[in-house]
Amino acid sequence: MPLTKIADFGVSRLSILDENGKADEKLLPKLTNPQFLDLFTWMTLLRIFDDKALKLQRQGRIGTYASSLGQEACTVGSAFALKPQDWTFPTFREHGMFFVRGTPIVKVLQYWGGDERGSQSTSDVNCFPVSIPVGSQPLHAVGCAMAMQLKKKDAIAVGYFGDGGTSEGDTLEAMNFAGVFQAPVILICQNNQYAISEPRSLQTRAQTIAQKAIAFGFEGIQVDGNDVLAVYKATLDAAEKARAGKGPTLLEFFTYRMGDHTTADDSTRYRTKEELEMWRKKDPILRLRMYLMAQGILFPQMEEKIIAECVALVEKGVSDYENMPAPQPSDMFDYLYKEMPPALAEQKRNFLSFLSTQKNNAQPNKTEGPGFP
Amino acid sequence: MKANMVQALNNALALELESNPNLVVLGEDVGIDGGVFRVTDGLQTKFGKNRVIDTPLAESAIIGTSIGMAAFGLNPVAEVQFSGFLYPGFDQLISHAARIRNRSRGRFSCPLTVRSPYGGGIKAPEHHSESMEALFIHTPGLKVVVPSNPTDAKGLLTSAMRDPDPVVFFEPLRVYRAFREEVPDEQYTIPLGQAKVTQQGNDLTLISWGSMFRTSMEAVQQIAENEKYSIEMIDLRTLSPIDWPTIHSSIQKTGRCVVVQEAPLTLGLASEIMARVMEKNFLHLKAPVQRVTGFDTIMPLYKLENYYLPNAERVKEAIRKAMAF
Repeated sequence: MPLTKIADFGVSRLSILDENGKADEKLLPKLTNPQFLDLFTWMTLLRIFDDKALKLQRQGRIGTYASSLGQEACTVGSAFALKPQDWTFPTFREHGMFFVRGTPIVKVLQYWGGDERGSQSTSDVNCFPVSIPVGSQPLHAVGCAMAMQLKKKDAIAVGYFGDGGTSEGDTLEAMNFAGVFQAPVILICQNNQYAISEPRSLQTRAQTIAQKAIAFGFEGIQVDGNDVLAVYKATLDAAEKARAGKGPTLLEFFTYRMGDHTTADDSTRYRTKEELEMWRKKDPILRLRMYLMAQGILFPQMEEKIIAECVALVEKGVSDYENMPAPQPSDMFDYLYKEMPPALAEQKRNFLSFLSTQKNNAQPNKTEGPGFP
Repeated sequence: MKANMVQALNNALALELESNPNLVVLGEDVGIDGGVFRVTDGLQTKFGKNRVIDTPLAESAIIGTSIGMAAFGLNPVAEVQFSGFLYPGFDQLISHAARIRNRSRGRFSCPLTVRSPYGGGIKAPEHHSESMEALFIHTPGLKVVVPSNPTDAKGLLTSAMRDPDPVVFFEPLRVYRAFREEVPDEQYTIPLGQAKVTQQGNDLTLISWGSMFRTSMEAVQQIAENEKYSIEMIDLRTLSPIDWPTIHSSIQKTGRCVVVQEAPLTLGLASEIMARVMEKNFLHLKAPVQRVTGFDTIMPLYKLENYYLPNAERVKEAIRKAMAF
């Protein structure tokens, strides 16, 4: 018997807008001028928010924060391609997705400010809460997609994860279920090149992350993650495919984390200035700006106005956050079960009665320790 | 040397890497980054990438491959970045690491150390602050160690790394950089399974471990200002196997006992201590054993974490309750 080649695979990469803001007209998604400006505005808002959040963290006004600097196109472009009935399953770096889908800024600040109410999104925003354990949420997205499929709903699910997340068994199991059940799901990997200190090369020997889909029997595409038009188009196409019952897609958004992993990280320990500079030239906002300016869709006066509006929105979010009354200590007992078991209710009563004996209900522990890395 | 717990642990790892050529350190960010808390700082530079290994981000694989390494002549020291991320590797720990000696009737063993920071008090995000040691204590075949100070941390980790069986080594986050003390420069071991009576007393035995040892100490110091109780303090250090003789002889002397744990109340280690103390010392007891614990709730995010964590006030209340009975 001869050795016969029985299968042949390729991996594609989608890029529409280059680093100089030049677009491939053939691939350009059909967007109206206001939609183009919306993309620009959301990315600008996210960047201003990010900058503010880093300052708030340094001033001790919020806790540890994970910046999405440099990755604005990934979350904004993908969320922009979804319908309100679709569901998203974020990691801790998808603030842009939360904003585009309608989550108020104050909620995101509350979350990073250590206030659980930040995860209590309004019922008209179809986002699952942030999942911190890496690679855990793609499974939830696939399960949600299977539920939509069984209930014959016109909704799809999107599971986000990072390059580090592709090493977790759960992520690969999610891909497998997605393929086997042809679930209407988009699995989005924000490949930002680092899992804290570890470069992508330490996560997989594979040339691309996109190709992992091939092993599970569906399509994977690498997308320039700093090109919001490519991100938008790839997500829209994958969403249409899922809606048409043609199964899942893996999208690898090839991007770069310009900031530290979180405010507790120091990325100068493991990467070079030269590398950062190289990626700074690929800035996702800059290239959309150049394109929109060249097209006459955006002009300097309008840009100033957009920036001023974004600053005002972020400032409003910060003041809403800081004027929010503190969460009630008893809150930690109230959401564990639909009906609180009697023994837990007793613990709660004892806790509150102990608290009432403490001066001013002051938080009785002082924090020592190193701060969170 | 003057060292905090991070430096003492780093020193223990460095000395053992030097003296045991079969020792390997592996985990996420343990190499070039030196661990997110810097416990493995500088070790990869000194011992190379074959001894201090940055792995892909996969806890199950870190622990699972460590089991294979351990069975075939290496002494892996795996770091899991936070104890809240141990669960993907939990299956490997309970289904295999804890069982391989028993399953193979002693032919294979698993001399593996899993290090992981645990506990609250540092304003961290979700899953970074829990105290779930009971899950591991409850698993037959595992040993569980929690140091409360730099000197013990170094000696206990050295013992763990030399132990013929799997050891889960929990490091209290809140203590990592809380204080420095004089730590011996040379290599030394503190045997696993030995508690430490840190203060002698006749009226009450106060049992704690990890970060709660310092909370308990604070309570004892505060209460000494006005109330003349003679309190015996026990730092358990090893939670499995536990040093029952030290506990029982102390209770037989004092007749009163308070146990302090950061973990949730139900089925925490305090429950087991109370049961054994009652079984063994019923006629010595002058008061019901008291416990101060976290609640049966999810560890809240940081705005409420200080309400959750046991504090000196709650420990004092329990001491007074036992004394007043």
